[in-house]
Amino acid sequence: MTLPADRRRAVLRTSLGVGVATGAYGVSFGALATASGLDVLQACALSLLAFSGASQFAFVGVVSGGGPLLSGTATSVLLGARNGFYGLRIAEILRVRGARRLAAAQLTIDESTAVAVAQPEEAAARLGFWSTGLSIYVLWNLATLVGALGGTAMGDPATWGLDAAAPAAFLALVAPRLQGRRPVLVAVVAAVLALALVPVSPAGVPVMAGALLAVTGAVLVRASTTSAGA
Amino acid sequence: MSVWGAILLTSAGVYLLKLAGLLVPPRALEPPRVRLAATLLPVALLAALVAVQTLSDGRSLTVDARLAGVAAGGLALLLRAPFLVVVAVAAGTAALLRAIA
Repeated sequence: MTLPADRRRAVLRTSLGVGVATGAYGVSFGALATASGLDVLQACALSLLAFSGASQFAFVGVVSGGGPLLSGTATSVLLGARNGFYGLRIAEILRVRGARRLAAAQLTIDESTAVAVAQPEEAAARLGFWSTGLSIYVLWNLATLVGALGGTAMGDPATWGLDAAAPAAFLALVAPRLQGRRPVLVAVVAAVLALALVPVSPAGVPVMAGALLAVTGAVLVRASTTSAGA
Repeated sequence: MSVWGAILLTSAGVYLLKLAGLLVPPRALEPPRVRLAATLLPVALLAALVAVQTLSDGRSLTVDARLAGVAAGGLALLLRAPFLVVVAVAAGTAALLRAIA
């Protein structure tokens, strides 16, 4: 089924808007990455290959905080797990195989999924996924390069407040997800547990351990309340 | 492990999880507990990252200009500022405090 021209334009407009808005903050990733010790090529490689904002910020954040590289990787990959769940929906919408599936996987992120699932028709959902994903991919990578080149010229990141920029970026990423009592409670418990673990565990461990404990707790509480209610 | 090794390992892990979603049958998502854990995991990780990166130096808990910066960023969020503005407000506040302190 083909999409009427006006719907096509509407979907493309949404996709490009989201692409520009999201792509632009690749600048802050690039700057943060090089200011915290990665070189320009390494910052660009993360954007090209990992291509998942929160995971990239997490990797840079943990590594620059003096954490071991492996816990940066682990935190980053765990954060990327949500993309796998988006993929389940995207697979139904796109029904792609072969090389197209490999490309679709790389573009499966928060924003492309959000635009795709918001469309009422399947043709619009497919167009929305590809156009949003591709425009973010191109702009995010260009913006990373610009930010990385700028970041290298900046010197000590603390002078520019960049060490406050990273947690603020995470705050902006988590805020839209804090709807309802359960996510808020899990967020608070994860934050408190992580802080409590800082003095007693190696750098990089508190974030992962705090988050996993909070989520496990929430899942167990839910299991016991549903079985009690049944 | 070298930085490059960690970058490649991270990228491979993040990509394979994306691909896994496109490969596994949708039934895998059905158990409500799996669904719940999937929604809550990013919330928990991001919240823990905010806390640790605002209030610790990696070894112990500390309060410094970062807290004021992140609080200012939070205020900008409440005022519905876009992402880049939130980040810039946080960085600017922390930088300003350090410059005058």
